[in-house]
Amino acid sequence: MNNYLWLIPLLPLAGFIINGLGRNALPKNLIGAIGSLVILVAFGLSVEAFLQVQSTGHPIEVNIFTWIKVGNFTVPFAFLVDQLSAIMLLIITGVGFLIHLYSIGYMHDDAGFGKFFAYLNLFVFFMLLLVMGSNYVVMFIGWEGVGLCSYLLIGFWFTNADYADAAKKAFVMNRIGDLGFLIAIFLMIHYFDSVSFNEVFAKVPGLHGAKVTHVLTLITMLLFVGATGKSAQIPLFTWLPDAMAGPTPVSALIHAATMVTAGIYMIARSHVMFDLAPFTTNIVAIIGLATAVFAALIALTQTDIKKVLAYSTVSQLGYMFLGLGVGAYTGSFFHVITHAFFKALLFLGAGSVIHAVSGEQDMRKMGGLYKKLPITFWTMLMGTIAISGIPPFSGFFSKDEILAHTYQYSPIMYYIGVITAMFTSFYMFRMLFLTFFGKFRGTHEQEHHLHESPATITIPLIVLAILSVFGGALNIPAILGGHEWLAHWLTPLFGEAKEGGHEGGIPEMGLMAISVGAAVIALVYAYIKYISKADIPVADTEERPLLTALSYHKFYIDELYDTIIRKPLDAISVFFYKVVDKMGIDGLVNGLGSGTVESSKGLRLLQTGNVGFYIFMMVIGIIAVLVYSLKF
Amino acid sequence: MSTFYFIAFLSIFFSLLVIFAKNPVHSVLYLILTFFTFTIHYVLLNAQFLAVVNFIVYMGAIMVLFLFVMMLLNLNKDAEPGKHYLVKLAGVIAGGCLLVTLVGTLKLTAKSDPVILQNANLGLVKNLGKVLFNEFLLPFEISSVLLLSAMVGAVLLAKKEQRATV
Amino acid sequence: MANITETIQTVPLNHYILLSAIIFSIGVIGVLIRRNAIVVFMSVELMLNAVNLLLTAFSVYKGDASGQVFVFFVMALAAAEVAVGLAIIVMIYRNTHSTDINVLSRLKW
Repeated sequence: MNNYLWLIPLLPLAGFIINGLGRNALPKNLIGAIGSLVILVAFGLSVEAFLQVQSTGHPIEVNIFTWIKVGNFTVPFAFLVDQLSAIMLLIITGVGFLIHLYSIGYMHDDAGFGKFFAYLNLFVFFMLLLVMGSNYVVMFIGWEGVGLCSYLLIGFWFTNADYADAAKKAFVMNRIGDLGFLIAIFLMIHYFDSVSFNEVFAKVPGLHGAKVTHVLTLITMLLFVGATGKSAQIPLFTWLPDAMAGPTPVSALIHAATMVTAGIYMIARSHVMFDLAPFTTNIVAIIGLATAVFAALIALTQTDIKKVLAYSTVSQLGYMFLGLGVGAYTGSFFHVITHAFFKALLFLGAGSVIHAVSGEQDMRKMGGLYKKLPITFWTMLMGTIAISGIPPFSGFFSKDEILAHTYQYSPIMYYIGVITAMFTSFYMFRMLFLTFFGKFRGTHEQEHHLHESPATITIPLIVLAILSVFGGALNIPAILGGHEWLAHWLTPLFGEAKEGGHEGGIPEMGLMAISVGAAVIALVYAYIKYISKADIPVADTEERPLLTALSYHKFYIDELYDTIIRKPLDAISVFFYKVVDKMGIDGLVNGLGSGTVESSKGLRLLQTGNVGFYIFMMVIGIIAVLVYSLKF
Repeated sequence: MSTFYFIAFLSIFFSLLVIFAKNPVHSVLYLILTFFTFTIHYVLLNAQFLAVVNFIVYMGAIMVLFLFVMMLLNLNKDAEPGKHYLVKLAGVIAGGCLLVTLVGTLKLTAKSDPVILQNANLGLVKNLGKVLFNEFLLPFEISSVLLLSAMVGAVLLAKKEQRATV
Repeated sequence: MANITETIQTVPLNHYILLSAIIFSIGVIGVLIRRNAIVVFMSVELMLNAVNLLLTAFSVYKGDASGQVFVFFVMALAAAEVAVGLAIIVMIYRNTHSTDINVLSRLKW
């Protein structure tokens, strides 16, 4: 009965191997079919697993083999599918399948078609490992693997040096976070003697004394460091916008729907520890909120359509961390789900637009596309409304749940969150208006080529649009007459206590009204600014007002990192290279060599070739030896 | 007893003459005399076999070889340019030091008991032959190989090089 | 026979050692101060003989025939050595018209 579980990650791996080996030999249609079908079958199996969990109410645990065994410490290669990972499985395989389908159309003319599908399948494989692992070590394999695939796919067009640099940046930043995760695993092994989720969580309450807080704070902080790297939070968020160098389906799959939510999944999974470390949850909430505001501010002025979406993703991830920090695990996870729908939709829609205008990404050169690309326009409109938090679209419910918990936690943070939601609404509609309304601002040739995308592209858009619209139904709050299906579903994991909090004492309807009102105000402002006044962001060469310039240049964060981290590091490296390595170590080694040569040149003169002298010296030597043996 | 000291004195005297004689031919002759005194020493120790061998091999064969070479090379008159006297002095001093340390070292281990011949037959041919062909059979055989190879080597070295002339 | 052996009865072993050491050192001095290769060679023979005498003396002192067998081997070796050594000297003389060992410093390079 449980034997099919291992097939779920194995299928994408098989797809990777077939596509990877046959990338030049197989016809494109076959590669696309294999790449998509394996995901589709995995999706079917995931549904089966989901239904099984639903019917039994118990997690499925499968031990594939014992991987590491040292004394009492074992690391099994085991899978765990419970309520949390079952939903993740559905998202990964479901959204993943749609994006594979989309890629067939999107990447059709690319020379690296086979390679692309191989990487995508590999990514899905690692992502499934990440969510299915029943211990932190298996999770870490997936964690590292998705980082690798992210690197490979961001640098997919590696002949462009900028893209390759973006890939390196993403990889290095992820490594920083991974190190935190790794140390956290080591600490868990040290304190709990186990890496398995169940055992670790069972042992957490058993810790005694003052140490418990420190240990848990340390572990959770390190886990959070890992999450900031993978999920692009302050201070490690700058790689995500640059990651847009990859093909658009990659941005949708990896950098919006799945990989970047791994950090949220990991923290939600480890919530037992986070619950007992209030210091860390505070930090998580503050960092999440700060990231949300900061990224939203940057997104306000970006002109590259994918950059807007990238910063929007960072901002939404900030929301999710805010939710985790304030204890709204269900809300955060809910937002993960809805975000996966609408952000994947928006990215794919953006990809469709880019496809239509022959690779142009600058919104200043778009406009008026809604007539030419009706399906893309309507689906993107759905996504935009959803992310802006306007009811009854999905984003409203998930965002509202987080905000409601935040209000309970701290009203100030709540208001900052609402302002951020306002920003979100503004920049998303700004993007939509700039792209689809007004007059086309590109070249004639581009205008001539404008066309709606083929069915492989539009079908995923439509499916995702439907999901974005109705995804909120998963967890309609009780106050609006819903029955909070997701909350009940996740109860075995997160417990009732945390979730039941927002029943009394909070003016929930009022809060909803505030956030919806804010979103609508922003919408109207964007409409006035970009449609009525037809305002277009200025060209790069022109002067901008100070605040706009700050935002447009991403608050000079990259330059700041460059100055305070990279340049000192470079300087130290140069110092070590030139002084320690060149002069110190090389000097020592070369000095030994040349010293031997030089002293040999001197000593060589002793070798006169005069036999008499040699014998004389020999006799002296013998005398010395005899005297020595005589005396001692 | 006094015989020993007299012969010992002669040994030292002739060996000094060997190294200080100007003419190499004289050196060879003094060396023969020195070896003769050694033969007497062997006789005194009742090592008859060694005495005979010393007499035949050293005085008869080796020294004749020396003389032969000397004459072959026409070195009968002193062609040696002579070392600087300081070098000679240094050599003598070094040798003296060696003597002192050598004696000192050997004195530490040796006893001053008189040498008493326990077994009168010890140095006789019959006795030595038994030892040689029992315990030392293998070294004895190997030494024959040594001598053979030395002979071949000597012939090869001393032969005029044919290739140079061809 | 008895007379001969009696004459050495009272000679201490020390004196044999001393005699051998003196003759050995004379050989060393000869090697050090002479430049004629043949004389140097003869000094080496002196040293060998000094050792031979000492070995014999010890052999008699201990009543062990091995020492004398060893002397026999040394003599065999000396014979071989002299044959080869003199052949080399002849070669050198043929090439350099000298038996001066300092001429051999030419072998250095």
